[in-house]
Amino acid sequence: MIRYLGKRIFFMFLSLFLIVTATFFIMKAVPGGPFTSEKNVPDEIRAALEAKYKLNLPLHEQYLDYLKGIITWDLGPSFTEKSSTVNDMIKRGFPVSAHLGAQALLLAVFGGITLGVIAALKHNKWQDYTAMVIAVLGLSVPGFILASFYQYFFAIKWGWFPIAKWEGFEYTILPSLALSAMPMAFIARLTRSNMLEVLSQDYIKTAKAKGLNTFTITVKHAIRNALLPVITYLGPLVANILTGAFVIERIFGVPGLGREFVLSITNRDYTVIMGTTVFYSIILVAAVLLVDIAYTLVDPRIKLSDTGRE
Amino acid sequence: MKKSIFALVSSIAVLGAALAGCGGQQASTGDQNAPAGQQPAANAEKKPQLLRLNLHSEPPTADPGIAEDTTSGAIIQATFDGLTRIGKDGKTPEPSVAEKIDVSEDGLTYTFHLRDSKWSNGDPVTAHDFEYAWKRALDPKTASNYAYQLYYVKNGEAYNKGKAKAEDVGVKALDDKTLEVKLENPTPFFLELTTFRTYYPVNKKVVEANPKWANEASTHVGNGPFKMESWEHKSKMVLVKNDNYWDKDNVKLDRIEFSMVEDETTELSMFENGELDWAGAPMSSLPTDAIPALKDSGKMTTQPIAGTYWYKFNTEKPPFNNVKIRKAFAYAIDRQSLIDNILQAGQLPAMGAVPPSMALNKDGYFKDNDVETAKKLLAEGMQELGISKLPTITLSYNTHEGHQKIAQAIQDQWKKNLGVDVKLENKEWKVYLEDLHEGKFQIGRMGWLGDFNDPINFLELYKEKDGGNNDTRWENPKFKELLNRSAKESGEQRLKTLAEAEAVLMDEMPIIPIYFYTLSWVKDDDVKGVVIDGLGGVDWKWAYIE
Amino acid sequence: MQLTKEHFEPISVDLRQAEEIKRPSLSFWADVWRRLKMNKVAMASLIFILLLVACAIFIPIFSSHDYYTTNLAGKNKPPSAEHWFGTDDLGRDVFVRVWYGARISLEVGFAAALIDLIIGMIWGGIAGFYGGKVDEIMMRIADILYAIPYLLVVILLMVVMEQGVVTIIIALTITGWIGMARIVRGQILQLKAQEFVLAARSLGADNNRLIFKHLIPNALGPIIVTLSLTVPTAIFTESFLSFIGLGVSAPVASWGTMSAEGLAAMKYYPWRLMFPALFISVTMLAFNLFGDGLRDAVDPRLRK
Repeated sequence: MIRYLGKRIFFMFLSLFLIVTATFFIMKAVPGGPFTSEKNVPDEIRAALEAKYKLNLPLHEQYLDYLKGIITWDLGPSFTEKSSTVNDMIKRGFPVSAHLGAQALLLAVFGGITLGVIAALKHNKWQDYTAMVIAVLGLSVPGFILASFYQYFFAIKWGWFPIAKWEGFEYTILPSLALSAMPMAFIARLTRSNMLEVLSQDYIKTAKAKGLNTFTITVKHAIRNALLPVITYLGPLVANILTGAFVIERIFGVPGLGREFVLSITNRDYTVIMGTTVFYSIILVAAVLLVDIAYTLVDPRIKLSDTGRE
Repeated sequence: MKKSIFALVSSIAVLGAALAGCGGQQASTGDQNAPAGQQPAANAEKKPQLLRLNLHSEPPTADPGIAEDTTSGAIIQATFDGLTRIGKDGKTPEPSVAEKIDVSEDGLTYTFHLRDSKWSNGDPVTAHDFEYAWKRALDPKTASNYAYQLYYVKNGEAYNKGKAKAEDVGVKALDDKTLEVKLENPTPFFLELTTFRTYYPVNKKVVEANPKWANEASTHVGNGPFKMESWEHKSKMVLVKNDNYWDKDNVKLDRIEFSMVEDETTELSMFENGELDWAGAPMSSLPTDAIPALKDSGKMTTQPIAGTYWYKFNTEKPPFNNVKIRKAFAYAIDRQSLIDNILQAGQLPAMGAVPPSMALNKDGYFKDNDVETAKKLLAEGMQELGISKLPTITLSYNTHEGHQKIAQAIQDQWKKNLGVDVKLENKEWKVYLEDLHEGKFQIGRMGWLGDFNDPINFLELYKEKDGGNNDTRWENPKFKELLNRSAKESGEQRLKTLAEAEAVLMDEMPIIPIYFYTLSWVKDDDVKGVVIDGLGGVDWKWAYIE
Repeated sequence: MQLTKEHFEPISVDLRQAEEIKRPSLSFWADVWRRLKMNKVAMASLIFILLLVACAIFIPIFSSHDYYTTNLAGKNKPPSAEHWFGTDDLGRDVFVRVWYGARISLEVGFAAALIDLIIGMIWGGIAGFYGGKVDEIMMRIADILYAIPYLLVVILLMVVMEQGVVTIIIALTITGWIGMARIVRGQILQLKAQEFVLAARSLGADNNRLIFKHLIPNALGPIIVTLSLTVPTAIFTESFLSFIGLGVSAPVASWGTMSAEGLAAMKYYPWRLMFPALFISVTMLAFNLFGDGLRDAVDPRLRK
């Protein structure tokens, strides 16, 4: 296992390096730059700006510069928000997004698994259909529509929650709900599907034959084995949800990190693009590794280093 | 699902603002007659002098030397003061930090005599601070995008472009209280320019001691009516009255609290819920679909600003190398109907390039929706080109719901009026800009918001074929000559020459003017005295709660 | 019930017939179809989907309205006899636009889902089955693709490619398959450790047969569920891509575009959001119910 982990960590760094490299060159290939604007400034001013941000250097030097910045975790100043560095932006935005994301994640995982288990236990009964209609709605109504709905009814019409901003627990509820809907629905469907499979397995029949009650069977034997696809899905989900969701943050006025992923690109704010991408990628590759480790814990028969051929 | 998809699958309305870059709203309003609404009966006692506003987004900077956007501009306007400041009427520049201004006979030398005034940290404001600030903005090392605003000062341009030294720049503190400015040319609107943020002073001691002074509330020092109490980046900013301000007796507000909510619908909801005192322009905008209802409620105020929304032709590519065909397309648009049904915020149809506030010709140079003439011109133009049918025309615009709506309506009007097939093509903002500058378009949308209140700002764009903001590849010797002539003239004569130039432009039609921008907002009835100038800048100096 | 002698009849023991298989021999898919037919909910969903496709093809052809003609005077009108679903902000008939939009949304949604499914199954299947280095390299490639900012890639694509449905489908599938590949790989990792794989192997099944005949069919549950996420994601991503200029250009609108545009008007002209959103939801519901039925029909353990 240790050897396996060592190898994995080596590959993690390799992936990060490749992500950074690819992102850098794609970013440079995309038309427009940070100083492309509606009102063209005189060439000399543009040159001065480019010199200030080192955009006049040859491409490979810029690339090495970014690489150095990433290794020393000094991600540079933002081109657009002149009063902030990329480090500042991550330091400020990430805790907010992570808080919101963690709440949404908890809701999604517990809500989704509960719904899925109920649906599977009552296969093709009304409970199953109700749960699945809810889940399908969650999948087919995207977050931004849901967010607007929640805001309209729960905040504006009925005044139960604040409309927007980020100033305390009550401010986190609507965005968390909106953010969790889609993953919850998906987890519910994954759980249901795998529970159905597991429930028809021989060892569950054995457990039933031994006289164990449904609850014990479900909790002790079935869920654990049905969770595998949920865990797979959780890996990237964790990385996505913790680093913020642009639209939800925007609608609810949450000062999170999600907006930077989108706006840095539309602004061609190169340092922020690189910084946020690296930050996200680190979380992503770590989460993916954790997923693989979780596989072996849930089902000890799984051997990751196994080449599987004979 | 992937991060970006996760972030991106999103409402067009939401993305509209985010991806669009901009292209149109910025702002202004004078505080005219507040319509009587159904506010709860006002308290008899004095209300707290607190204004709750939405700043829309994080101001990129609070440093007047490098600010280039309206959000930063508004904060700087509140926390700084210039030699002159636009008065309560939103138009006239009045002496502010300067107490007395002497202008030489030839209009080339301005001498500003400063009054006793202080920075928010108690330091005196001196002429040296101005000299330092201007040279700093012009210094190529500062790399200020708006440095060109200072090009009117002698050698300003040369210094900025590395062709002169700092000492050569025509600004000099004769003593602590006297600032002497020499100009390149007599500039009739120079005192208006000094109301602009790039001309504001910065505290030399503070800036030299800490290059990051403008990044946090604790180190930010200004000389304006308000000072920064706190700045929670991306979330909140609080300004409070500056007791060191020279004109503090005229400042009635104690406190301005800004939220930073980027979604316009959310902002309007917060306003309707009583959490904000103001929604819409100039910091943000009102959601288009809400405008009819707001208009009916009588709460909405609209004010024109100096800006024109236009389509540009690529005059080098057929069929738009033919002036008659260009004109046919321009005449066949029903601007009034676009305004009444799509824009809905009291915009004015544009039959000229220069906005009405500085209008050279109030009636326009042609008739709106003149289908008959358009058809005739199209037929003639096609004959000249020797074609019997126009190929499909591509109309490009940058990604934005508003531009898309207008483009769809115009597409349909051209189809109905001229029988032309038009294909719409939208592009991401910066890609669009590059394509436009490189001539990769047939007809493309653009807009121009005045940098200062003078027609030259709009006409100059089309002077040179390769000018950075021309895009049409159009050039005309007569037009050029008229503009050159106007630079040497003044007063009525100058305006007449400029009007002649505009007539040439409209006769050649390298652009289709569509409408003149307005700003619309809703506000609480008891908010008074907010000044929004003709360029869309906002000033809260005189604001109060009644 | 009383059992009497009449209820029984003796049969002759015929040894030649004893070895004969009574049930008609069915191929795998014929068997699936037989069982699917018995599932009323799934069949109703299937019929609904077919109807939907037919309507999307024919209604725009035969309607007296079209999707592009604007009528500014008649904008934002609520549903009426003339305009069943009302009109939009440029006075166009929402009913026809919804059906026209169905063409794009269904086409894009399913083409993307199908491609994602195929690439994802093959990629995930191979990575999971062979494990070790193969797995490591294949899954790290997936991670890298997944982490590169999508918007950047899309903007680059926009510059390189022509606007249109094909471009959209390419943009959707560049990274769309990764989720599927991860799910399949996870399932295969679990399944290949089970006894039936060993059994199949000892019966001489080769690797391809093992992956695609034994392992993938057993992972169909999560695969079908993942598809139920892929389709709506594709439909909404399409609206985003079209919006930034990659896809179909206005005035053509898809369901995603229409609901995104309608959202801003939700408070004032709810029909502009309601109808396209309703169509997406109901269609998704039908597909999911059908998918569930299919899953049940395919699952060998649920055979009765």
